Order: sequence, then structure tokens, then C-alpha cells
Amino acid sequence: MQSFRKKKKGRKLLLHLNRLTFLSQRPLGAVFFLFFLAALFGCSSQTTPSEQTSASSAFSEPAYGDRFVTGSIGEPKNLIPILASDSASQSIVGMVFNGLVKYNEKVELTGDLAEGWEIEREGLDIIFHLRRNVRWHDGHPFTADDVVFTYQKLIDPTIKTPYSGDFERIAHLEKIDEDTVKVTYKEPFSPALSSWGMSIMPKHLLEKEDFNKTSFSRHPIGTGPYRFKRWKTGEFVELEANPDYFEGRPYIDGTLYRIIPDQATLFLELRTEGVDSLDLTPLQYQRQTESDFFRRTYRKYRYPAFAYTYIGYNLIDPRFRDIRIRKALTLAVNRKEMIDGILLGLGRECTGPFVPESWAYNPEVRPLSYDLEEAKRLLAEAGWRDTDGDGWLDKNGEIFEFTLITNQGNEQRQMVAELVQRQWQKLGIRVKIRIIEWAAFLSEFIDKKRFEAFILGWALSRDPDLYDIWHSSKTREGEFNFIQYKNVEVDRLIEEGRRTFDQEKRKEIYHRLHRIIYEEQPCTFLYVPDALPIVHARVKGVKPSPIGIGYNFIKWYVPKNEQKYVTR
Amino acid sequence: MRRYLLKQLIGRIPLLFGITVITFMVIHLAPGKPTTLQTELNPKVSYEARVRLEKLYGLDKPLPVQYGRWLSRLVRLDFGTSFQDDRPVLDKIMERIPITLLIELLSLVLIFLLAIPIGVASAVRKDSFFDKAITLFVFIGFAAPGFWIALLLMEFFGVTLGWLPVSGIRSFGSENLSLMEQALDLGKHLILPVFISAFGGLAGLSRYMRGNMLNVIQQDYIRTARAKGLPERVVIYKHALRNALLPVVTLLGLSLPGLIGGSVIAEAIFGIPGMGRLFFDSVMARDYPVIMGILFIGAVLTLLGNLLADIAYGWVDPRIRIIGEEGIKE
Repeated sequence: MQSFRKKKKGRKLLLHLNRLTFLSQRPLGAVFFLFFLAALFGCSSQTTPSEQTSASSAFSEPAYGDRFVTGSIGEPKNLIPILASDSASQSIVGMVFNGLVKYNEKVELTGDLAEGWEIEREGLDIIFHLRRNVRWHDGHPFTADDVVFTYQKLIDPTIKTPYSGDFERIAHLEKIDEDTVKVTYKEPFSPALSSWGMSIMPKHLLEKEDFNKTSFSRHPIGTGPYRFKRWKTGEFVELEANPDYFEGRPYIDGTLYRIIPDQATLFLELRTEGVDSLDLTPLQYQRQTESDFFRRTYRKYRYPAFAYTYIGYNLIDPRFRDIRIRKALTLAVNRKEMIDGILLGLGRECTGPFVPESWAYNPEVRPLSYDLEEAKRLLAEAGWRDTDGDGWLDKNGEIFEFTLITNQGNEQRQMVAELVQRQWQKLGIRVKIRIIEWAAFLSEFIDKKRFEAFILGWALSRDPDLYDIWHSSKTREGEFNFIQYKNVEVDRLIEEGRRTFDQEKRKEIYHRLHRIIYEEQPCTFLYVPDALPIVHARVKGVKPSPIGIGYNFIKWYVPKNEQKYVTR
Repeated sequence: MRRYLLKQLIGRIPLLFGITVITFMVIHLAPGKPTTLQTELNPKVSYEARVRLEKLYGLDKPLPVQYGRWLSRLVRLDFGTSFQDDRPVLDKIMERIPITLLIELLSLVLIFLLAIPIGVASAVRKDSFFDKAITLFVFIGFAAPGFWIALLLMEFFGVTLGWLPVSGIRSFGSENLSLMEQALDLGKHLILPVFISAFGGLAGLSRYMRGNMLNVIQQDYIRTARAKGLPERVVIYKHALRNALLPVVTLLGLSLPGLIGGSVIAEAIFGIPGMGRLFFDSVMARDYPVIMGILFIGAVLTLLGNLLADIAYGWVDPRIRIIGEEGIKE
């Protein structure tokens, strides 16, 4: 029994990672993860000082060759880009395919398969000029037909793609000539551009295929920097460099995704150099990778993830409908202590629905300070006092108590729950904690709104559109405004934000949204954790930037004298 | 005999049917939808897209209809396709059976090879120091969490000594090696998983064996054998052991489904692509067709194992005869 529990822990950790969906460089297509590639496609950075030996710098000329091995906790499921919904598949799809656009190292949209684009009629039309002379891995030329085909499959109701949403807003898409497509939207939709980070699929190979049965799902052919080589179920997926890649041949000849479903095993593999990189936990980062061996063999990186953790309240509950109570609850949570204690200092306070690396983030919004007295005052003002002296607040004879739920297997969230339970107790609020298995947690509690308060995290897309999480229309079962937040002004601003194409104007809108949401405290925003990737020291050319470290993977290299694997 | 077999087989069909109804109900009763988990809380997945997915998977139909569809496919030996990757369930199961079968068989052999002598020895030397020490040892194996011992061994043999690989079932690129080297490579990878899976199972069988043996030694025919003046060795190994082994045959039959069941813990920790992991992952993802497929095969093997145990028992123990329609003649 005990062992089973532990096993679940490992597995749950994976679910926790899965949950943090990172919209990567390829904005829509790629929902990346916290295991290796997530780190690659993270955001800004801060490198631990790397001690370069003089010997290695003498030989550190870029060279072709070697292989990069990463561990993946989950097995990829389907490598057809529009069907790839799990993180393991996403990271492989991201290497094999390209979208029309991608995010560059400064988190700005730039061309990928499209060389450039024009936005016309205030955003109703987007005209993409495609890159010429791009070839699929099988040698067939890439053309506008492939874009049209991908679009048709995305909106085809018989195909099990979860990504149709953004593409349903298209009125029509036409091919103007071999290298030009024109997309016409029903109404201006600014997240549209980033949605074209969706990987484009080859028409000539998939046209006659049944998407449910095609072997393409396990043998993808794309345009990307790496070609699919083979996949041994439950063991590994191997990719090899595409020598004809349009941005130049990648230095590293091969990448290998080893499927290792257990966190502890992954770390042991790191210690035996069986994998070249891993996303560390705060504990591993601070305490377990400080030995001489690790200093010699690996380089650690650290940058804020595009994600945050929060406590959500059921805003239908009359107690939580009162802003004074929500504010009091936030005031009583010592977020600094939480970051120091739970993340071992590897994170930052969160002040709203955006992370500091996003252009939508409003730096003028200051986090509420930790202030128990003010919290008590607000609660008293709302009518909650300890009238009978039993230590718990009450009102009309009822004690202030509620249940805080979170999912099983995520130790960080469980620690958060215990910490806030203790801190709210100081206010005289009784909190019960319930930990629930992930699937049941989502479908029976969160989706059905059967909760008083919960702890969850959001991973954010690069585009700051808040519609799906904060718009008042998104409260149906299976939608993401779980807390049922409703604010007319916020609704209006969100709608305006997704109609506006001018980034400066959008920025103003999101800055206002950020402020309003933080002032309203619909949930207690806790922290933005750091992504903590570790990469083998023989790999050079890793240049941390606001988007993370993986954006220039094709420029990473291993100097000739340090190459470990023979790849050809 | 043939008649008996046929009757037994046919008699088990309603049982099998009942098992499928119950398992189907139970797995659908478990909260959580495959579509929710599949999309991993990605806000870009719209409500409409999710509804569409449910429809395409047939999850919008009432349960009896879903069951009917499943059953009608099953009688044509079609287990359906996985919700997770659209691959046929049977393919997914077949590609994982060999490695699990290999590990489980090796560990079963190891368990029997070790547990029987241990059981006999402790029975013969009942309450001696040896008996107590070995009891302690097997119970440690039984009680200590497998994952913990596994991690300790991985750390010691894999990291500290560097003798054995930490995880996986083969080294990368091992397909270029000669057949001998490949076997050696596989062997190295399997040492720890097989050991872990055998260590935990040792206690059960060795205690069982000890109990049987003690029981048999007290029988009259053993006393008779001793009275005849037979050497103790012959008494124990020829007369007692043979009889004490009889119930073990039943155990062998019952371990048939376990051979393809695999161990979730060992397979996950050692990164082995076997059945245990497939089942566990499918349950976590609520991948109903795969869960049903595995449970169905498990049920068939359990029933078959029972039948085999019955038959084998009659075959090894002359005191038990299968009674056919014709009465005691057979």
C-alpha cells in the first residue's frame, strides 16, 4: 500500500507538470511542459555562474555532431500536430513541424514558415507571405495548399482536434498564389496572429488519410529542424537533424526523448549522465545539485515560468462575494514566507493574471502586504467577530469555516494548503483541507463548481488574451472561469483587448485589466514559480533570454573534443 | 475428460459476461472524463471542441448503449481503439506483453526456486535460528515498500558502483550489437526489476510451503515411512515434499493472470514499457477501451488459470479425480 501511494506521488507529479501547459514559441500549437522542453521554451533568465575551464574554451568552436538526451515523464500520444494535446507529443511536434509564426527570444511574434504578414481592414484580414523553397522532410515543396489543408482539418467536425476554437472565428481562408494565403475573420481577433503558430501539416501526405488511423501519428513528416527517426513505445523517441532546415542545419545531430515515468528515476539518470537535461524541483536545485560532480558536469538555469499558482474562491458563495473578506484572506497570507519555505526562494510574488515577463504585466500593481491587523479589521467590518470567545469568527451564530481543496500528488500545493490553513487560523477562520485525485478533482469538484475554495495554477499563453479564464460567459461546465468571476468592465476590456491589434493600445487595456482584477481580489494570487532547467555542461551556445533557453536549440553545439555520442 | 472441459468452458462464459458488465460499470462510475484529462486544462481548448470530442468518442451516449457497442465489437474480437492515441487496443497490449511476460516469468521461476527450498528447510528445522532468520528476511521483503528498495538498489548499483543501468530495458543503440551482447545488455537491465518483483513475492510462497510441509510431516503416512526405517532424507524429500507440493500447483495456476499483469511500481520506477504501466496510465487518463481490454484479458486468464489448476490438481494428486457425466468411472 505504501509503495502504491508513493508510486502515485511520482505519477501525480507528472500530472502536475502536465497541467502547467505552456504555450511555447509556437504559440498555439505547442502546449509545452515543465520537463525538459518546457525549460527550453520558458521565459527570461538568470544563469548560475558557469565556470568555464580554459581547456574547453580553446576547443569551444561550434561543431556538428553529438546527441542531446532528455527525459520525458509521459509517453507521447499522437504526433499529428492538430491532435497532439499532451506535453510530450507537443515538444516533439515542436521540433518536427513549424507554424506560420513563432515567438522570438524577446517574446515577440516573428515569421516562421511565413516570411511576413500584413494586417488589413483593422484586423479582419491577415495576409501571410510564405517562405519559398521550404521542403518537407520527404523533399516535397511546402506551399500555400498545406496551410489551406491544415485549416480545413482544424475545422473539420469529424476530427478529434482540441484546437478548433481560434480557427472557428475565421470566415474564410483563401490561397492567393503558391506563397500567399489570405485569412478573413468574422470580426477582428487579435490573438489570431499568435494562433497561427499552429504547426502546418503536409497536404500531400495526409490528404487521403483517415486521421484516426493514419500511421502519420507515429511517423510524422514536417518542415522543422529535426526529422522523426523512430519511436520505441515506452522507451524513447529519436529525432535526427534536418540538414536542409531553412534556418540552417542544427549543430546537434540528434535528440533523444527517453520515456522515464518516475521523477526519482529521472534524477538518478541525471546523476549517471543518462539524460542531458532535466527540470529540477526547488529542492533539487538548492540542495541536491550542489556537489562537485554537478558543478563540473552540468549548468543550472533559472528564470520565471510563464505560470502562477493561486487560491480560487467560489464567488457565488455569499461570504466570498464580499470583497472585504477576499481581501482579508489575501492580507493574511504571508506570500514571502510561502515562497521562501515552499519554493526555497525560487519564485516571485504574483500580482495578477499576468507574469512579469509578459508585456501585458502592469509593474505599477503592487502586491498587498502581509497585514493581519488590517485583515481582522476588514472581517470585523463585514460582520465576522468572535462573539463567543471560542477562537473562531462567527456571524449570526455560524462559524467562519470552509473547505480548501486541491489535487493529490502536487506536494507544493499541499504545502500551500497547510500554510494558509495555519495563517487563516490566526484570523479565526477554520479551514479544512481535502486532497482529491486529479481526474475526480477536475470533473466532480472544479467543473461542477462544488467547492468553496481551491488551489490551482495556470500556465499562460504568450498572448495575454484573458477571455477564456476571466470573461463572465466562460462559466459553463468544462470552461475555465471556475470561480465565476463577473465584472462588466472587465468583460468589456477583455473584448476590446481581443479586437485591438495595436500593441501599445492593447498594453494599456491589459494594464487596466491587471489593476482591476488585483483590486477585486477574486482569488488570492500566490506566486510565479521559477523554471529550473539543468543542462549538461558539454552543450554550449545556451543563451538565456526572456523566452527561456530553448528558442535557439538549433544553435546549441558540443565542441568536437567533448562530443559524447557518435551519431553518424 | 473432453466433455468435462467443454462443459467447464461453456459454464464460464456467463461468468465472463458478468465480469465485463461489472467492470464496465465500475470504470465508468469513477469520476473524471477522458476528454478533460486529455486536454490538460488548456484554456485554448474551447467548450465546443470538448463537446465535439465527447461526441466523437461516443461518450455522449447512455452507458448501456456504450456497453452494447463495446460488446458487439468484442464478439468480433475487436477491442476498439485507445482514446489517447487512436491506436487499436490489441496492438497496444500486444507490444507490451513480451517484456512483462519475460520479467514476470523470470521472477516467478526465481520465487519458486527460492521459496520452496526455504519453506521446506524452515519446516524441517521449525523454530530453529535458521527458521527465524529466514522468516525475518522474507517478511522484510514482503513488508518493505518495493519502490524504496528499488531506489536504494538503483542508487547503489547504478550510481555509486555504476555496475548496472538505472532504468530502461536496453542501452540506446544496442540493436547494433551482436545477439550475445544484446542478451547480456537486456540481462543487465533486468536484474534489478526481476529481483524487486521476486523479493516481494518470496514471503507468501515460502510461508505457504512451510505450512504445507509441517502439515504433511504430521501425517500418518510419514510416520509409517519413518517406522519403516527409511532415511530421513527420503522421508522428507520423497514422501513429504511431493505431497506438500500439491497445493502449490493451484498457486501456479492462479498466477497465470499475474504473468501479464505486470507490476505498476517496478515498471514505472525502472522505466519498463510493460503492461502494468499501460494499465496504470490508461486508468489515470480514463482511457476506457484500453482499461476494458486489459481487464477482459485478465478475466479470461483468471478463469482459464482456475480451470488449469483444477485439471492439474487432479493430474498430480491421484486422490483426486475429475468426475465426468458417467460417474466415477474416469
